Amino acid sequence: MINEFIDLMKHELILCVILFLLLLIKIGSNDENSGRWHVMINILLFINLIVGFCCNVSGELFNGMFQSNELIQLEKNILNLGLLIISLQAHPYTRNHRHAPEFYILLLSSVLGMFFMLSSGHLLLFYIGLELSTIPLAALANFNLNKSASSEAGMKMIMSSAFSSALLLMGISMMYGTTGSLSFSEITLQLTGAPLQVFAFVMLFVGFAFKLSIVPFHFWTADVYEGAPVPMAAFLSVISKSAIAFVFVTVLYTVFESMVNVWYILLFITAVFTIGIGNLFAIRQQNIKRFLAFSSIAQVGFILVGISGGSQESEAAVIYFLLIYIFSNLGAFGVVNIVSSITGKESINDYKGFYKTNPALSWILTISLFSLAGIPPTAGFFGKLFLLTAGASTGNYLLIAIAAINMVVSMYYYLRIVKAMFMDANEHPIQKISFSLFPSIALIICIVGILLTGFSGDLYTYIYELSIGI
Amino acid sequence: MNLHLLVIAPVLTAIAILFFNQLKQVRLIALCGAIIQFTLSILLLNSFCAERALGNNAPMVFYSSLEWFTPLGIAFTTGVDGISVSMILLSAFVVLAGVLVSWKMEKMSREFFFLLILLSAGAYGFFISLDLFTLFFFLEVAVIPKFLLIGIWGSGKKEYSAMKLALMLMAGSAFVFLGLLGLYFSTNIGNGQHTFDFIAISRTSVPLNTQLIFFPIAFIGFGIFGALFPFHTWVPDGHSSAPTAASMFLAGISMKLGGYGCLRVATYLMPEAAHVYAPYIILLATIAIIYGAFATMMQTDLKYINAYSSVSHCGFVLLGIGMLNETAIAGAVMQMISHGLMTALFFAAIGMIYERTHTRLVAQLGGLLKVMPFISTIFIISGLCSLGLPGFSGFVAEMTVFMGSWQHPEMLYRIATILSCASIVVTAVYILRAAGKSIMGPIVNEQHLTLSDATWNEKSAAVLLLSGIVVIGIAPFWLNELISPDVNGLMINIGRTLLP
Repeated sequence: MINEFIDLMKHELILCVILFLLLLIKIGSNDENSGRWHVMINILLFINLIVGFCCNVSGELFNGMFQSNELIQLEKNILNLGLLIISLQAHPYTRNHRHAPEFYILLLSSVLGMFFMLSSGHLLLFYIGLELSTIPLAALANFNLNKSASSEAGMKMIMSSAFSSALLLMGISMMYGTTGSLSFSEITLQLTGAPLQVFAFVMLFVGFAFKLSIVPFHFWTADVYEGAPVPMAAFLSVISKSAIAFVFVTVLYTVFESMVNVWYILLFITAVFTIGIGNLFAIRQQNIKRFLAFSSIAQVGFILVGISGGSQESEAAVIYFLLIYIFSNLGAFGVVNIVSSITGKESINDYKGFYKTNPALSWILTISLFSLAGIPPTAGFFGKLFLLTAGASTGNYLLIAIAAINMVVSMYYYLRIVKAMFMDANEHPIQKISFSLFPSIALIICIVGILLTGFSGDLYTYIYELSIGI
Repeated sequence: MNLHLLVIAPVLTAIAILFFNQLKQVRLIALCGAIIQFTLSILLLNSFCAERALGNNAPMVFYSSLEWFTPLGIAFTTGVDGISVSMILLSAFVVLAGVLVSWKMEKMSREFFFLLILLSAGAYGFFISLDLFTLFFFLEVAVIPKFLLIGIWGSGKKEYSAMKLALMLMAGSAFVFLGLLGLYFSTNIGNGQHTFDFIAISRTSVPLNTQLIFFPIAFIGFGIFGALFPFHTWVPDGHSSAPTAASMFLAGISMKLGGYGCLRVATYLMPEAAHVYAPYIILLATIAIIYGAFATMMQTDLKYINAYSSVSHCGFVLLGIGMLNETAIAGAVMQMISHGLMTALFFAAIGMIYERTHTRLVAQLGGLLKVMPFISTIFIISGLCSLGLPGFSGFVAEMTVFMGSWQHPEMLYRIATILSCASIVVTAVYILRAAGKSIMGPIVNEQHLTLSDATWNEKSAAVLLLSGIVVIGIAPFWLNELISPDVNGLMINIGRTLLP
């Protein structure tokens, strides 16, 4: 019993242990020695990542409230990997921050919430996990304590997530009213497609849409990204989104399988708008963080296209894409983070002539942007095309055509930054930046991931075999 | 012969280049890499001919298949036939000449040669792929390096041209991908699984409705690469802004990717729809030929002259494909090779002139024959090849296309053939005028008197390309023997007319 408990909940348990360690550090620390434990926390997170890979077992606890299987553990491992990269990248930011231990405590509790959410077999545990993952994020968005934009970001984040949670709760309670249960397996059996159930489902969908920043529920995204510290924006756009997308796929494919007609239409409409509006707004952005925010909205649209396929390929494509997306978006955010934390420059115009002074960083940013745009030989090409292939399996080529044309549009704004770095002249380019070991490790992980993940057919096959379709 | 070497060699060369910084080291590695590619392609030709002589009549020789994304039906399948072997030869010629021509590329030389060699990897991969997904992968690999090559090392309004080229070609690839998806989902290899395998798709008969939807999509997609009217507008801007080697690559190889794709993927895999849409293809091709020729007359910049004439010449490729008979398609393949060599030589000559005189405007040049006889001679020779003078490859190729197209008795085809033939006269006008004004005549600019003639590297590049042109022109039969059995094989599929 106790062994099973440890095996199934190992991801959550080890995170809890690290959290308690951090609390102790915070209590015992004074302002002078805060630098030393940065190495330790990264080593701990690395151990956390490694432990996640051993002894994969599937089963359930607490009468099916908590469940785990190989797929869920893979998803948790992917999130752990992203967490490690972000922690490494955040080093230039947290190094001088007075409240660095709190930063990590909040970050890890948010991830803990995501793990519970991923493993939940019950709407209540799901809801608690979701809240645990969201509320620390609002505090983190506010972490630039002397910047008013940061407080604004925190405020916006908490308001919008409160609003979406309210909608979600409403959906959950109506779901309870019509099916008489909150357990996923029970709900699946009780779904009849009655109008009230459809309404409850739409509410749940909207709740997800807020967290994934699907158009028209995307308004908070750009402001929050702009105001929040860069590592935080990276966390929001990559880890938080990936976690919600993992749950979203699972919930749609297993719990609401019988409502495929409803959610297919919802996905179709929202995907078209999300890609289109994300792209159109991204074109006009001058601040690189806002730009990445809108581009990540467009990326979510592509994920929706993949989800709409509803087959085993779809789920595999979504997971594979999100793994690649973690590498590519964190690669881009990593460079932006280094530049912003050392020079404070965040405008795209500041990147003009960047190649002359910082060739290595320019190549890393270029490769990451290529991967986001889906240009071979980077992994993003495979990720995106598999999403489109999965989406096309329903025979709806209109959606695929719209997405494919939007890929070209997105190419324009990604190439615009490449053009700024390589081709535009600038009298005062950003000076040569030297950065420490931690961010370089993070960038190397990202680049290796971008260049290798795409070619590894075995990895895709592995994910495919774990995935389920409708 | 292991075809993977053709991709591995350039990739390794490109990686090796990254480790060096000095122009002298970098260009030496690039040259070695290009020579290795050249040797490999000659070896390939040799062993391919030997294989065929032994009586190996398989449609694809040196077939091999490696597992890649098995659940999606994607494998790294490679194989060549006569058409792809000749394309690979063309690429090897152009890449070697391109490296030689950029011998003095001092600005960011490492990056330049890296991207140039990477491009060639994309081209070889495209020509050996027998899996539609990997084919598409390599098609896109050959796009983005061009954006950087034009944007960084180009001249004129280079950023605009680079962006335009990248976006139009990416739009082309988006169409291509849609077309490929349509083909993919019409296959069935059991259990509801689909495959991207080229040979498997060529054996299934794709339903006519699917073909009617996806043939135009795929054809336009590849057509954008091959300068199909009215999607040709990236050609003049892209070619004229690009640095010399990139122009050579663009016109010599890149546009051929489009023609090859139109033939091999769109037409071969969806033959019934090709018959339905053939009149439209011919209409567009004829417009491109005439429009390209007349637009060239108006140009004053040498690179624009060659770029617009490329639109016109690539029209012959599409015309040949649209005719859907054996002679015309063989002519289209020959025209691809001939135009590839000829236009690369032309761009090389223009590049050499520009490097010395710093102008490409016809009006500011004149009498160059007196100061740089070698460059002027190759300029004139490539011009003569372009206007289809017998003895050069252009004549052979265009003649074959016309012979093929005259086989159709319908009025539209006749008119198209006559008009395209007539365009040769226009070609003669602009070529002779440009050559006359810039090469012959009195020297316009006194400063040009001090200019030097071609250096050893430029001479060897020119001789290399020239030898290809002359060999095809004088002895077209060996090229014909190389490609015609496989064109014949293609016709088994393409000859299928409408299903009852």
